[in-house]
Amino acid sequence: MEYILLIISAVLVNNVVLVQFLGICPFLGVSSKIETSLGMGVAVVFVMSLANLVTYLIQNYVLVPLHIEFMQTISFIFVIAFLVQVVEIILKKTAPPLYQALGIYLPLITTNCAVLGIAILAVQKDFNLIMSVIYAASIAVGFTLAMILLAGIREQLALSETPKGMKGFPISLVTAGLLSMAFMGFSGIV
Amino acid sequence: MGNLRYLTNGLLRENPTFVLVLGTCPTLAVTTAGINGLGMGAATTFVLVCSNMLISALKNFIPDKVRIAAFIVIIAAFVTIVDLVMKAYVPDLYKSLGIFIPLIVVNCIILGRAEAFAQKNKVMPAVLDGLGMGLGFTLAITLLASIREVLGNGSIFNIKLVGENASTILLFILPPGAFVTYGFLIAIMNRLKIKFNI
Repeated sequence: MEYILLIISAVLVNNVVLVQFLGICPFLGVSSKIETSLGMGVAVVFVMSLANLVTYLIQNYVLVPLHIEFMQTISFIFVIAFLVQVVEIILKKTAPPLYQALGIYLPLITTNCAVLGIAILAVQKDFNLIMSVIYAASIAVGFTLAMILLAGIREQLALSETPKGMKGFPISLVTAGLLSMAFMGFSGIV
Repeated sequence: MGNLRYLTNGLLRENPTFVLVLGTCPTLAVTTAGINGLGMGAATTFVLVCSNMLISALKNFIPDKVRIAAFIVIIAAFVTIVDLVMKAYVPDLYKSLGIFIPLIVVNCIILGRAEAFAQKNKVMPAVLDGLGMGLGFTLAITLLASIREVLGNGSIFNIKLVGENASTILLFILPPGAFVTYGFLIAIMNRLKIKFNI
C-alpha cells in the first residue's frame, strides 16, 4: 500500500515537471514530437533509477560514515555524469538497437536537473534503497507522461495560427501552464 | 571602455532568461516572491562570476577532452560554498529556495557560459560576462517573481499592497501561474524586439 501511494504521488500529484519544476529544459526542448518524447522518457526512467540506486549507496556508505555530507553536490553530479557515460558505452557494445534509439538522448540527461534533484530529494526524504529506486522510476514515468502530453498538444499547435510574439517558447509555456492546472486537480488524492 | 559591452551583452541582447531561455527550472520554481528571485539571482551570479574567472584563468591547463568534467567540478565547488554560506547566514531564504540551491550546479547558463565564453577569453572579459549574465538573470527572475507576488499575494517584497482580507489571484503563486507568466513575459519581449528591431 505504501508503495502504491508513493507511485501515485510521484507520477500524478507531485509531477516532477508540472508541479516541482525539475527538468524543464528537456521538457520544453525535446517535446516537439511524441516519438522523441517517448525515447527521451525511456532513457530518463533508466538513468534516473540507476542514479538513485548509486547515489543512495554513496550517501549511506561513503558520505555519512566519513562525515563529509557537504560533498553531496559534487559527488552526486560527478557520479551521474560518469554513470551516463558508462550506460552509453555499455549500451553501444551490448544492445546496439537500444543504443540507436536512446543514444542521442543520453548525453542530454547529464544536464537534466531532475536526475540530480530527485537523487537529493530521495536522500532528504530518508527513503530506503527500494523506495528510493521506486520513487525515481515513478518520477521518471511522470516526467515521460507530462512530456508526451505536451508533445501531443504541440503537434497540433504547429498546424494552427499563433500570434507572432507567441510562437515557440511562449505558447509552449502557456500550454504547460494549462497542463499544470489540470494536474492540480490530482492534489488531495494522496 | 571596450570591456563594457561584455557586461551589457547579458543584460539585454543575450538575456539568459528571456532571449536564450536557459536555466528555466529555478526561473519557474523559486519565483513565488520577489525576495526569492533576488536571492536566487545573487547566488547564481556569485557562482557564475567565480566559475567564469577560474575557468578562464585555468583554460591553458585543462585538457580539452575532460573539460566538461573539469568545469562541472569547479562549478560544484562554488555551489557548495554558496550552499554552506546561505545555510549559515540566511536560513529563511535557504529554506524557501530549498533544493534549487544545490541545483545551481546543473543550471545550463553557467556551464553554457563556461563553454561558450570563459574558456576562450581572458580573465577580465570572462568576469564581466559572468557578471552581466548573472545580473540579467537576476533582473529577469526578480521581475517575474514580483509580478507573481503582486498578482498572487497582493504584496511586493513582503510589503502588503492590499487589505487583510482582500482576495488575490492565488493561481499566480501556484505552479500554473509560473508557466503562464513566464510565457507571456517572453512573448512581450519578442513583440518589443520585432517592434524596435533589436
